[in-house]
Amino acid sequence: MKKFLSIALAAAMTASLAACGSSSGTSTEAAKESSEQTEAAEESEASEASADGEFVIGGSGPLTGGAAIYGIAVKNGGQIAVDEINAAGGINGHQIKWVFEDDEHDAEKALNAYNTLKDEGLQMMVGTVTSGPCLSVVQETADDNMFQITPSGTTADITVNPNVFRMCFSDPAQGAKSAQYIGEHELATKVGVIYDSSDPYSQGIYESFDAEASNYGIEIVAAEAFTADSKTDFKTQIQKMKDAGAELVFLPFYYTEAALVLQQSKELNYSPIFFGCDGMDGILNLDNFDKSLAEGLMLLTPFSADAEDELTVNFVNTYKDKYGETPIQFAADAYDCVYAIKYAAEKANITPDMSISDICDAMEPAMGEIEFDGLTGESIKFDENGEPDKAPKAVVIKDGAYVLAD
Amino acid sequence: MNTTSKTFRSNIITLGLVLAFYAVMEAMLKGGMLSSLMKGLLVPLCYYMILAVSLNLVVGISGELSLGHAGFMCVGAFVSAVFARTLGANLPGMVELIVAVIIGAVFAAIFGFLIGIPVLRLRGDYLAIVTLAFGEIIKNVINAVYLGVDSNGLHVSLKDVKSLGLEDGGEVIIKGAQGIGSLPRNSTFTFGIILLLITLFIVINLINSRHGRAIMSIRDNRIAAESVGLSVSKYKLTAFVISAALAGVAGVLYSHNLANLQATSKNFGYNQSIMILVFVVLGGIGNIRGSMIAAVVLTILPEKLRFLSDYRMLIYAIVLIVMMIINSAPKVVEWRKVMAEKYFKKDKKNADGGEV
Repeated sequence: MKKFLSIALAAAMTASLAACGSSSGTSTEAAKESSEQTEAAEESEASEASADGEFVIGGSGPLTGGAAIYGIAVKNGGQIAVDEINAAGGINGHQIKWVFEDDEHDAEKALNAYNTLKDEGLQMMVGTVTSGPCLSVVQETADDNMFQITPSGTTADITVNPNVFRMCFSDPAQGAKSAQYIGEHELATKVGVIYDSSDPYSQGIYESFDAEASNYGIEIVAAEAFTADSKTDFKTQIQKMKDAGAELVFLPFYYTEAALVLQQSKELNYSPIFFGCDGMDGILNLDNFDKSLAEGLMLLTPFSADAEDELTVNFVNTYKDKYGETPIQFAADAYDCVYAIKYAAEKANITPDMSISDICDAMEPAMGEIEFDGLTGESIKFDENGEPDKAPKAVVIKDGAYVLAD
Repeated sequence: MNTTSKTFRSNIITLGLVLAFYAVMEAMLKGGMLSSLMKGLLVPLCYYMILAVSLNLVVGISGELSLGHAGFMCVGAFVSAVFARTLGANLPGMVELIVAVIIGAVFAAIFGFLIGIPVLRLRGDYLAIVTLAFGEIIKNVINAVYLGVDSNGLHVSLKDVKSLGLEDGGEVIIKGAQGIGSLPRNSTFTFGIILLLITLFIVINLINSRHGRAIMSIRDNRIAAESVGLSVSKYKLTAFVISAALAGVAGVLYSHNLANLQATSKNFGYNQSIMILVFVVLGGIGNIRGSMIAAVVLTILPEKLRFLSDYRMLIYAIVLIVMMIINSAPKVVEWRKVMAEKYFKKDKKNADGGEV
């Protein structure tokens, strides 16, 4: 009996494996027949995708779990850009197919997602959304020489390979730019920092802020950490900020925790200037959040949904119509990423029938030549390291809405 | 006589299944018939199978509940990753991998030993409680540690990179929560299968040895076992340490499959430990072959359900529950037996049917 069952299970297992293998197997054969080339499997898959003349662009990010809000925003933001481009005639007349897979904010799952995307014929990648998984995926894309631009992976090391570009500011850049902004606008000299030591994003920003602070006459009077396992009670950290006499508290982490910090500070009658980074974006959309708590909160973000330029207004309206919520910065980053690919692809004159590697080789120099106005900045350019060159915007929350700080 | 040959036959089937799996996959790989997804899943399948088999040793054979298996995996992964970045950096790939496996296994075994000494002397669910805590502690400690190396040797700090006080040219290896980067990624499917076979060899031999029988007798009746002079904690500790060492091996395979290693609650947290436990429970507690098959099925299943997009995790959970019911609900098992007898026993009376 047991044996029968195990054999049956084993048979089912092999059958399922064989089934998943054969689908790509037939496509490989088909491609071989048509082009008679004996190249690697990936390349033949790429030429298969070109048969109907469309580019396959896609990404991966967390669509489930705690970080799902970012993945979903990127997925939706990218979709809007793709729809717009397709409606306007595509890239050099080729339509774009937008594919997106869930990576659960996990390195191992991100590799699975990337491999699944490759099976779907991915030619250029917009991803991954979160930094940790991105660090593992960039090595795979380097092996495949796949063009990649991450909308929101901030860790510095992501762009070490020439095939990877970035749309957001890196952690060091955010920390340094925050220090610069605080110093140059003389917001405060005594600064306290609360950061999430279990989160690479938060820790990375803190380190660069710490390193740059003294250059701008900022004294860090207290630096207190918390971890992902203890992110509900911040009273100890806030009390230490208060005791150290910090005039400004720098909060380089995500808005869910920041909302608690703001609330608990109020309970402790402590009201310094609070200053956040792009992770703070979204705080006004939080359910059950008392917006008056965020009054006077400053954050450095490249995108504000309340900006009044035409591009932003259109994007926000489309997003609201389609998905029923106000877009956050991640959606805007993804939107700009897709447009960056469009402009670079037009400059490089690539076509969908080129191999992944050829596309990447053509795109790399082209990315250095483009300059465009996007949602997250005017005249966005990319330097030779794949980092974006755009001005950061600081916004202040006044009467429950973002107002651009000068 | 008859029983020994039956276990022997069963073990041969288990090993044969692994070899057949390897042969099929390798053939498909060579023939270019595997999708990129499956290619990427080959090594993970190996380490999940190793984890399932090793946890089965504790849960199934020794009868203790361990909820921190991912913690031992984490130890193996990080120790071997540090080794890969320091001493192993100049070794050729294969040598580095083999040494890393040994180091990872040894360190995981040391932790297993330290935890086992006090806890396995107690009765009740203490092992579950302590291993649960261990898994979380290890993850948090690693997230707090900074490790750098320069010409003066290793520097450790719990604060930040600056406080390491590295000389110029010194290299930061563990960057706190940012983990360890630029790992070699040199684990291969073949190597994974070899490790799996070694794991099976160790576990199966242990089960069928004098030690194994002693361990199982303690599981079945502790008082009776003690009364014939078996040292309960010694035998339990043996099983637990071996299981921890094998989890460490799986961790080495994990860390050598990724370019960047971070300890998150996703990969080394409580949920991962439970996932491994699910492999064991679904495959059958004490059933080595079953837990391997469950590991394969449950690793591939969520990937194959991707076409369901938003409903993926929901359907995955439902499939899991259905599989669990089919596999072990008493009524269903009974029904299955009846059906099996109806269709198979008539013509194959001597072969399959008799084994139930």
